[in-house]
Amino acid sequence: MSTRDITVTVNGAAHRHAVEPRLLLSDFLRGTLGLTGTHVGCEHGVCGACTVLLDGDSMRACLMFAVQADGCRVETVESLGRIGQLNPLQQSFHEHHALQCGFCTPGMLMTATDLLKKYPLATDDEIREGLSGNLCRCTGYEHIVAAIRAVVKERT
Amino acid sequence: MKPAAFEYIVADSVEMAVASLTQAGDAKIIAGGQSLVPMLNFRLLRPSVLVDINRIPDLAYVREDGGVIRIGALTRHHRLETSPVIARHFPVLTEAMAHVAHLAIRNRGTIGGSLSHADPAAELPMMALLLDAELRVVSASGARTVAARDFFRDALSVDLAEDEIVTEVVLPKLPNTGWGFAEVARRSGDFALAAVAATLTLSDGKIARARVAMTGVAPTARRVTEAERLLIGQRLDDGVDSDVIEAVRAATEPPTDLHASAEYRRHLVGVLAGRALAAAWGRA
Repeated sequence: MSTRDITVTVNGAAHRHAVEPRLLLSDFLRGTLGLTGTHVGCEHGVCGACTVLLDGDSMRACLMFAVQADGCRVETVESLGRIGQLNPLQQSFHEHHALQCGFCTPGMLMTATDLLKKYPLATDDEIREGLSGNLCRCTGYEHIVAAIRAVVKERT
Repeated sequence: MKPAAFEYIVADSVEMAVASLTQAGDAKIIAGGQSLVPMLNFRLLRPSVLVDINRIPDLAYVREDGGVIRIGALTRHHRLETSPVIARHFPVLTEAMAHVAHLAIRNRGTIGGSLSHADPAAELPMMALLLDAELRVVSASGARTVAARDFFRDALSVDLAEDEIVTEVVLPKLPNTGWGFAEVARRSGDFALAAVAATLTLSDGKIARARVAMTGVAPTARRVTEAERLLIGQRLDDGVDSDVIEAVRAATEPPTDLHASAEYRRHLVGVLAGRALAAAWGRA
């Protein structure tokens, strides 16, 4: 199968690879680049686990082909912080016990990053609505909402 | 769930996109990909060629042009949701956009893609019908204009040939008009179990022009012309007449599925029509 050369800037570093057009961006990030922080759940845009930022906007990495990201900027959960050096959103998730198994967490964090940028999130309803495209099967969402609410309060 | 192999073409103009469609019989356009890629991942579709229109310049815009608003086919849902021009001229559309999926989907999904895909429970086909949209459709052999009311034919089926692409959606302005929107979905951002959008234009304190559109309750979104006719000359101070609500229910062919029975959807759409019309009356 023919491949195509693409250059994608992921978390600030340019990566040049030859990819098959059918390679999903999620598989490119995980398989080709070894950035396994982006999780793959449903592979049809329902669960939100693979959410990343493309040129600053959140999107499902399983609903886009890597070849389409040629020349674009992608941020994954690995861009947010490091162990021992969490960013404020990650720190808030930690403090509010906003994760149990952790599978949905990368998608939750990337979604919340974009929500915080684009919406006032003045009420819990608004936060819940913003998170409605991300499935968590452990927490019942309460602690995730609390973690985001704390970040909203911090910034106002 | 990985797509079958395909050849990938990046179109840098509408001309190149339609020329690419003509070359391969089973080529597909990819815009936002939010409906197409799941179908590719499930291999419900296996096109041999994918024509990417995301890099065509000047295909994403919201422009005021005299008595109409022109929306480029590649305009993302989030841009419509936040467009001041849309908020000023079609607040009912601003309201509807907040119900379209989730932010990560709205950041990618496009108006041209949603209308061409024509999911029976999607909001945008309903809004195109409500607002008497006209779609500009281009193929290698020329361009034509099709009214939204003629565009939606059946579930996932529209008046669009294999070699055609929607390039623009034109909405005639609707001044001095009240609006209402009501939807029930199982979860915020899900496709509607049922939704109704309505506009009312008054003359001498009475309804002179009514528009009622619904989605989720038939193979395509629909206008309810019988209800619109009944509303002419009325005032809604004491609520919406039951014959209007029944006209809405009579125009449905609701599906039964895992999430709701046909009977439930038929009941629901009447309730939602009452709410949407009451809100429109309040704003008219």
